[in-house]
Amino acid sequence: MERLLRNRWALVLALALVLAALPLVFPSNYYFRVAALVNIFALAAIGLNLLMGYAGQVSLGHAGFMGIGAYAVAIGASRFGLNGAVAMLAGAAIAGLLAFLVGRPILRLKGHYLAVATLGLGLLISMALTNEAGWTGGPDGMAVPRLELFGTRLRGPDTWYMITAGALVLGVILALNLIESPTGRAMRAIHDSEIAARVVGVDVAAYKLKIFVISAVYASIAGSLMAFLNGHITPDGTAGFLRSVELVTMVVLGGLGSVLGAIVGAAMLVILPQALTIFHEYEHLLLGLIIMASMILLPRGVIPSLLARLRGGGA
Amino acid sequence: MSMHTGMTRRLALAAGFGAMMAAAPALAQGEIKLGAVLSVTGPASFLGDPEKRTLEMEVEALNAQGGLLGRKVRLIVYDDAGDANAARTFATRLLEEDKVTAMIGGSTTGTTLAMVPAFEDAQVPFISLAGAIQIIQPVKKWVFKTPHTDTMACEKIFEDMKKRGTTKIGMISGTDGFGKSMRDQCVGVAGKYGIEILHEESYGPRDTDMTPQLTNIKNKAGVQAVINPGFGQGPAIVTRNYRQLGITVPLYQSHGVASKQFIDLAGPAAEGVRLPAAALLVADKLPDNDPQKKVVVQYTADYTKKTGQPVSTFGGHAYDGFHIWKQAVERAKTDNPAKVRDEIEKTKGYVGTGGVVNMSPTDHMGLDLSAFRMLEIRNGDWTLVQ
Repeated sequence: MERLLRNRWALVLALALVLAALPLVFPSNYYFRVAALVNIFALAAIGLNLLMGYAGQVSLGHAGFMGIGAYAVAIGASRFGLNGAVAMLAGAAIAGLLAFLVGRPILRLKGHYLAVATLGLGLLISMALTNEAGWTGGPDGMAVPRLELFGTRLRGPDTWYMITAGALVLGVILALNLIESPTGRAMRAIHDSEIAARVVGVDVAAYKLKIFVISAVYASIAGSLMAFLNGHITPDGTAGFLRSVELVTMVVLGGLGSVLGAIVGAAMLVILPQALTIFHEYEHLLLGLIIMASMILLPRGVIPSLLARLRGGGA
Repeated sequence: MSMHTGMTRRLALAAGFGAMMAAAPALAQGEIKLGAVLSVTGPASFLGDPEKRTLEMEVEALNAQGGLLGRKVRLIVYDDAGDANAARTFATRLLEEDKVTAMIGGSTTGTTLAMVPAFEDAQVPFISLAGAIQIIQPVKKWVFKTPHTDTMACEKIFEDMKKRGTTKIGMISGTDGFGKSMRDQCVGVAGKYGIEILHEESYGPRDTDMTPQLTNIKNKAGVQAVINPGFGQGPAIVTRNYRQLGITVPLYQSHGVASKQFIDLAGPAAEGVRLPAAALLVADKLPDNDPQKKVVVQYTADYTKKTGQPVSTFGGHAYDGFHIWKQAVERAKTDNPAKVRDEIEKTKGYVGTGGVVNMSPTDHMGLDLSAFRMLEIRNGDWTLVQ
């Protein structure tokens, strides 16, 4: 098991197999939708985990980038007549560019200041989406035209499950490659000690900026996919502050610095509220309890803590 | 640690997820299943909570009398906490898993619009409890709504202004969803009533002082009245600042603050404020010959007895949605979604808490201006403006 998780290709293969096998046991479109949401949030969480888990930088405004991706496909298709796929790439480019421009000054900040600055950025994006009603439809949101590829309109949760699953596998491959690359090693060095990293010649500011841009692109793509899946988006639902907090929770819950952890964290936060509805009034209480319990019992996040346990007990 | 145990563990995990998601209890044959996705918690809970209580109360009463068409009604409520994305997921769940034959809900315009595509695709009637006119304009075959629109509130206010000989007004609106939407609707219909908006101001939903904006309005020559489309505590602050600045022209609030809470928050400053509201708020003050008197008095009595809380118009919207659906099922003699939809569209002369409903293929709300009463706050209570 441990070796399996160590070998990145085995991990990718296992993930692809699970994602491909799941439709065989899904009884209805509802399962496809929930699974597609897991894929989408996992993608955003993987991006954020690169920033938080490897570069050691907190972003409390990451949903803002999801909002940019979501509104890029909605506005691009409805106002400029762009194909949805083109609009998605444009959204990713805009999110990346914005991250690049604001990242430079923001990433000079440390700790709480950085968190507050990203929080402000997220709120600003959310406010802009809410207030520019002429473009975005305001707080009630706007409809997203269906994506057309090669003459077919892509609709239905099953179709979008397949697409988001593909995007997730691709996202995992890119993230794992990045982690194993010189950039990844530099990032981990920054995480462990910025001063030490600088001493051995790592350009700390440049790497932080790079990873911030990459994580913004991940979030933007996730936002675009969510917009396509839902067909209607609202500022709060895509770019709201609570969404940002949710993303951070997914990363921390699943495990900082673990790609698989981000997926597990996303799956937990998407599936649990659905599974807990049978407890009616107590669902929020139980959700809180489960998250608290898992943070107490598995303090380094689900995946890293379980791995450590396997290593300690099983080997 | 062998590979084998790892695989078993993974399989067990997958099976666990599957079991968790498949936890919906088996259903008895013959029940009529009614779905509801409401914002019971979160920022819009003041809408979703009374809606949920009302639906539960009405379903319980109906089942106690033997149900509908001799079948029990099963109400399935999900809480979207005001999140449009969650609402859409629950809508899919109602349609795909619970297989409801109708849906009453969507507490906010955002959640409603997010769910509309799901019900249009599945061809299941959907009665929304949210305000905005976009929900029914353009007309969507499977979507209806019970609350009056913001446009109608604007029209009611302008109608009252016209009676008082007011033509030039100032406007201060909140930038929240409600305030913004109503502001746009008011600007849109002002011309129809010969009303000219001389000056406009706005405030954020969390602002705590609107004196600067109101000073601008006060200094604008020729303003004969001020209208405040807004929601939550903003309008109460506007009202207090308004009196502090000694502005004497009439102040109009919107149906968004038509609750006792507003009077409490604004205090004595609320004296003389006018606002349009549903008959439900003044149930005991309606004349006996009022067509709505019976239903609003009855609902008020039932709701306060059952929940120990004062009624709100939002619960009333759910009451109307439920009874419009119930009567449609009775007329259709089946809960077949397509037949029930046709009957909902044919609703004529239904007297509810929100007004008298006359639906048609081009009007999926069916209310006119008589649904609103113009109220004035006097001595800390509502009075009907004749």
